[in-house]
Amino acid sequence: MSMASATDATLVHPGGSPETEEKAFGFWIYLMSDAIIFALLFMTYLVMFGNTAGGPEAKDVFSLERAAAETFLLLMSSTTFGMASIAAARADRERVVMWLVVTVALGLGFIFLEFSEFRGMIAEGAGPSRSGFLSAFFTLVGTHGLHVSIGLIWIVTMLAQIGMKGLSVPVLSRLYRLGLFWHFLDIIWVAIFSIVYLPGLL
Amino acid sequence: MDASGLPTERSAAPYLFGLALALILTAVPFGVVYFDFLQNSTTLIVIAFFAVAQILVHLRFFLHIGFDSTPTENLVVMAFAIVLMCIMVGGSLWIMFDLDWRMMVQG
Repeated sequence: MSMASATDATLVHPGGSPETEEKAFGFWIYLMSDAIIFALLFMTYLVMFGNTAGGPEAKDVFSLERAAAETFLLLMSSTTFGMASIAAARADRERVVMWLVVTVALGLGFIFLEFSEFRGMIAEGAGPSRSGFLSAFFTLVGTHGLHVSIGLIWIVTMLAQIGMKGLSVPVLSRLYRLGLFWHFLDIIWVAIFSIVYLPGLL
Repeated sequence: MDASGLPTERSAAPYLFGLALALILTAVPFGVVYFDFLQNSTTLIVIAFFAVAQILVHLRFFLHIGFDSTPTENLVVMAFAIVLMCIMVGGSLWIMFDLDWRMMVQG
């Protein structure tokens, strides 16, 4: 069977091959190592939290409303990606595309809010070079934002592949790993608002 | 998560249930910080509790991790990563804050 022309029958009863299984497992190992990187960035942030060098403190630069909006956008995008996964399991190509487009829109909203937050902070003189606290903040939250940006590029790439190849087995395998990545980023964000924004605004 | 490495979940129910739980588990800590009616130490405990709960909800309902369905090797890798994170984060915090305290005493 040609991988590129999987019929609906293969999708109604989706079965993995050793190849898709290995790729998913390898990607899972990558995600766990990425989680360790984030854990160390969180640790650095906690150590640096009090080192403001006479500059702005967390209270002065964070906004609860913005953090809530970012949280909401990312949570909704995680859910809409889930809807795309369901549509993929049901071999419903149109709905996969629709939900992925919604996911991209929500993700772009998140990146826009984060970008404007960073730009505003730097304009106020609270850039990453101001203090150890701000260096650690920009490194941690910026690394997550970079992951989300790469995820968005990946989603757009998958939209193009779905357009060209349809829901073939290799495309579904990539879509599955992209889903793991996207849901994983939302988990990291839960840790970010619980360790950075909420305690910072107390 | 099953072993296939392909999207197999065909029901929206887990995602919508996860979304509802996640919204509640987000609203409570944000609300506690916004209205600021607890002592700071209590608020921090509330935030930590709801964060752990929400991460478990995401793992269960978005990543579909279950002791029955998820391949053992995936669970082992995750458990190993969690152990490493605890050692590295816990150990580093212990060392750094102990050092901080010693510097205070001396200085």
